[in-house]
Amino acid sequence: MMLISCPWCGPREEAEFHYGGQAHVSYPEDPSALSDEEWARFLFYRDNPKGPFAERWNHSASCRRWFNVIRDTVTYEILAVYPVGTPKPVIA
Amino acid sequence: MAGPGSDLPDHPDWLWRTPEPKRSYDVVIIGGGGHGLATAYYLAKNHGITNVAVLERGWLAGGNMARNTTIIRSNYLWDESAGIYEHALKLWEGLEEQLDYPILFSQRGVLNLAHSLQDVRDSVRRVEANRLNGVDAEWLDPQQVKEVCPIVNISPDVRYPVLGGTYQPRAGIAKHDYVAWAFARAADAMGVDLIQHCEVTGIDIVDGRAVGVRTTRGPIAAGKVAMCAAGHASVVAAMAGVDLPVQSHPLQALVSELLEPVHPTVVMSNAVHVYVSQAHKGELVMGAGIDSYNGYGQRGSFHIIERQMSAALELFPTFARAHVLRTWGGIVDVTPDASAIMGLTPVDELYVNCGWGTGGFKATPGVGWCYAHTIANGEPHPLNAPFSLERFTTGALVDEHGAAAVAH
Ligand SMILES: Cc1cc2nc3c(=O)[nH]c(=O)nc-3n(C[C@H](O)[C@H](O)[C@H](O)COP(=O)(O)OP(=O)(O)OC[C@H]3O[C@@H](n4cnc5c(N)ncnc54)[C@H](O)[C@@H]3O)c2cc1C
Ligand SMILES: [Zn+2]
Repeated sequence: MMLISCPWCGPREEAEFHYGGQAHVSYPEDPSALSDEEWARFLFYRDNPKGPFAERWNHSASCRRWFNVIRDTVTYEILAVYPVGTPKPVIA
Repeated sequence: MAGPGSDLPDHPDWLWRTPEPKRSYDVVIIGGGGHGLATAYYLAKNHGITNVAVLERGWLAGGNMARNTTIIRSNYLWDESAGIYEHALKLWEGLEEQLDYPILFSQRGVLNLAHSLQDVRDSVRRVEANRLNGVDAEWLDPQQVKEVCPIVNISPDVRYPVLGGTYQPRAGIAKHDYVAWAFARAADAMGVDLIQHCEVTGIDIVDGRAVGVRTTRGPIAAGKVAMCAAGHASVVAAMAGVDLPVQSHPLQALVSELLEPVHPTVVMSNAVHVYVSQAHKGELVMGAGIDSYNGYGQRGSFHIIERQMSAALELFPTFARAHVLRTWGGIVDVTPDASAIMGLTPVDELYVNCGWGTGGFKATPGVGWCYAHTIANGEPHPLNAPFSLERFTTGALVDEHGAAAVAH
């Protein structure tokens, strides 16, 4: 089980959180202008890297707020926690 | 009296050669799991294509093929799925003879339990759909569930009472390692090179066409390149600049110590997230749903195991004295519609087979058969045509979340 640091509540066990998948995927500004390919990309395609991954978590059992995390998908180590709407931190 | 396991065959000698990779092959298959091995076998057997290499980064069938809970069934909802899974099940029924190797295929039936009114409606609908597709399926009431599997608790006084279940008598289990070895041995005997500890690190493309791979054991030219990397599907496809709508997740399973035979069939429950069978040797084999996060670590989180144990205990109170002996995880490649992707890619002579997620073991012979056809002919077999990569653009999804989400 992972220990995840909620920016508002501090470190809590993974079971308190809900996973939200890839971060930084924004809703298309003009959905009806998209081609079928572009719409498919938005709906169904997400990055799936082996290594650091920027992803969303929600602290569903407590403050119920969303935040972003960079986590290594091989070691599961959390490399950064940062607020939604801020740029992805650069991991050395 | 014969002890448990006395009917098992002896541990085999070497079943295949360990060749050095040649500089070039007609077909290079990336990934030596069940799917890669079965594909090589049917390429040789059905299409006479024997100048084939299976490249495996680890040891043969040490990925999900070594880690799955071996449930085999074909009772999926949609026609497209029934088509390919039932084709696979028919192949399973003759596989031991075909491969001339014991694979312990045991048609002990699979029960999928229903715990809510919605479950009941969905299950009855699935039974009707299965029958229309020639797939054996029955709807059982709780008492009939108890007759098939006497240790199931059908008391109404539990959190998720058993309201009935679907039953596929021809479904069952097989011994996963033996299946891999049987395909490997037969493919090797027809001239296929099985090359272990050979990681593909790049895919060479010239004028939009795959012409070879780069590996930790040097470059290898290829007339055709067939991807079969399951949990690493995205990583391998990215080497050719191809994106796949796939997410890799941990999926865990566990076994108990060896016990007397108590469990005659396979029981699965989507609602309480557990499924259980008893292996030939006697250990209880259990699994649950995926861990929610993306992961390539071949391990998951312990609370998933805890939940699956409490669900198992409610369904099977008699397991209260059993112990968890071992837990492990694999990496499963999950698609948005819980159906596989098999067919062509935007790169000529580069083929994709992935997205079998939590349930591709049962498809192994069917995958091999259809993927070999796709590779040999440069176009999909009718049974895998619906599982194209384009379906995510056209919208012709094959939504099997109901029959596949937790179930394997
Ligand atoms: C815990 C668990 C339980 C499961 N239970 C069931 C079940 O009950 N019923 C069922 O039908 N299915 C089940 N599955 C799913 C099933 O195991 C998979 O869908 C199926 O095994 C995938 O096909 P495969 O055998 O070819 O995969 P794998 O055995 O994973 O083969 C892929 C191979 O590709 C290799 N590879 C990856 N990258 C490279 C590279 N760059 N170069 C060379 N080789 C590479 C890997 O090392 C691996 O050996 C389960 C899976 C897990 C993890
Ligand atoms: Zn919080």
